[in-house]
Amino acid sequence: MFDTSPQTLPAAAGIGFKSQHFAGLMDAPGPVRWLEIHAENYMGAGGRPLAQLRALAERFPISVHGVGLSIGGDRPLDRDHLARLRHLCDWLNPASFSEHLAWSTHDTGFLNDLLPLPYTAATLARVAEHIDMVQDALGHPMLLENPSTYLAFAESDWSEVDFLAELSRRTGCGLLLDVNNVFVSAVNQGTDPRAYIDAFPMHTVCEIHLGGHDDDADDTGRPLLIDSHGRPVADPVWTLYAETVAQAGPKPTLIEWDTDVPPLPELIAEAGRAAAILTPETVS
Amino acid sequence: MTKATTSFALLGAVAAAVTAHGVTDAQAQEQEKCFGVSLAGENDCAAGPGTTCAGSSSVDYQGNAWTLVPAGTCGDIELPDGRMAATDSELEEAGYIGIARDLPEGVPSDVVAQYISPEALASMADM
Amino acid sequence: MTDQPAFAAALMDPAQTAPAHLLNPFGGPAGKRFDVYRNNVAVSLTEALETGFPTVRKLVGAEFFRAMAGVFLRANPPEDPRLMLYGAKFPGFLARFDPVRHLPYLPDAARLDLGLRQSYHAADAPPFDTRGLDPAAVMALRPRLAPATLVLSSRFPVFSIWRANAEAHAPRPGTAPEDVLIARKGFDPAPHLLPPGGLTLARALKGRLTLAEAMARTLADHPEADFAALLTLVFTSGALTLHP
Repeated sequence: MFDTSPQTLPAAAGIGFKSQHFAGLMDAPGPVRWLEIHAENYMGAGGRPLAQLRALAERFPISVHGVGLSIGGDRPLDRDHLARLRHLCDWLNPASFSEHLAWSTHDTGFLNDLLPLPYTAATLARVAEHIDMVQDALGHPMLLENPSTYLAFAESDWSEVDFLAELSRRTGCGLLLDVNNVFVSAVNQGTDPRAYIDAFPMHTVCEIHLGGHDDDADDTGRPLLIDSHGRPVADPVWTLYAETVAQAGPKPTLIEWDTDVPPLPELIAEAGRAAAILTPETVS
Repeated sequence: MTKATTSFALLGAVAAAVTAHGVTDAQAQEQEKCFGVSLAGENDCAAGPGTTCAGSSSVDYQGNAWTLVPAGTCGDIELPDGRMAATDSELEEAGYIGIARDLPEGVPSDVVAQYISPEALASMADM
Repeated sequence: MTDQPAFAAALMDPAQTAPAHLLNPFGGPAGKRFDVYRNNVAVSLTEALETGFPTVRKLVGAEFFRAMAGVFLRANPPEDPRLMLYGAKFPGFLARFDPVRHLPYLPDAARLDLGLRQSYHAADAPPFDTRGLDPAAVMALRPRLAPATLVLSSRFPVFSIWRANAEAHAPRPGTAPEDVLIARKGFDPAPHLLPPGGLTLARALKGRLTLAEAMARTLADHPEADFAALLTLVFTSGALTLHP
């Protein structure tokens, strides 16, 4: 039903869409140039969610971000869910589709969390197979996002960066670099976030995510950061983001805020901060 | 009433109803009137509140440790016989489905045991 | 390969320790780090039930609801990734959960909460607009229930129970059984008290009878039916459509 010509996300700031912000975004989006939606919230038959999405898509490029495909699962992809995803993307013709390097479904059901997987040759082969299936179903490349992690696997023998780079090489998928996830995981794993960014294959990056995290501690009193998406982007993450943009050039950048969602002006201010780092001249 | 007067009365009811205010097509821009419904069951990709909540505490859901009693507005609701509680037979009469029926399939027995008493489980086996 | 079934089992059972191959960055056991995932699952699904079943939550209180949600979600995790559908088994669960068996109306209160959510996401259909139509012509039409229309029959005063928990200063529920019409005007579903005969009328229209035939059937079952009130409700609530 929409223009079927290929769309792309602009190398500008976007925000995660929340239905309470619909009227405000249609009126005065400020520096917000594109929107991201969670695919699963638009898999109903009708009603306000699809009506709002129809109206938004006539005005903004839309990125569809899946949270339930379980690409890192050790069981076959859910074909019914893949078909629903294809149905949504066929209808919407979004500028991008992305999912997570994580799993969420096993035999007894959907666990509603982005669960971690070990990085081994065997998991690499399986995830690559799942990405191929998704790309075959959608008819174009998808983006894969680096996760926030809280623990490590004894059996992992690949670094996360090498694992993602190899997946992109094998499947042709792009990567979604979540800079907050980089920071959260690096603190949690005791590694250097700058080294992660330096090693990341920036030529494959098609989108960047930024979000807020919470501070906690593990049993030994060491810092444990939680990817809560419930507060402003932290200062060290802004610094890391500026270094990423300096290295990779401007990329479509999303502000994610999913819990304790603030009024739209606060999200617009966060988007403005990203826009100022991306291309200072676009801020008038 | 004759058939003719019945039909006339029904037509009169329709006539009264069609003049009532109708309904118009919906606009996506309209303000939500049921905000809670729109928030119910939204997917997102945020993590929960860290390490100190219900998911890691075992006392909150173990069937044999249940000491909680409902503490909401249910005390304001009278049952049809005028009391606030009911016997087993009254519950059956009032539509209580019972433990044996409607049990989800594929639930591990240890999970079932967490909220069904061992006696009830034993009685189910006899059915 | 990986051990995701064991990971998932430990996730749902706090009495288990985290699987031994899960480590902190210094090679020690994952410990509380695994609890982050446990909390994500339990808290996010509990919140989905809290927002999905506001009437049940008010009836039993927030603390009791949270604890009960913990039992439900472990026995009934979502069957697919669409959280908008989560909780379809909650009414059946409430009917057999011992700590609430003295509250036999809870399952129907949950069905009403669930029905509002189903209605919210149901397919769109242009409403049956009777304005300006000739009453005799209207009686010859075959309006259907819109996809967002649901009818709930209860042995309890479920509409009054909903209202007492949703609106300030609503009257205290009585004890007489009530039927409920859930209809969506535009994009906002609302429950309505369905007067006597309403259930029969809805069933007849679902069976593709004309309005005249459906009214005659309703009159036979419910001579006391107030058709002016009943038809005004179904014509103005968005409950009907002429679309196939």
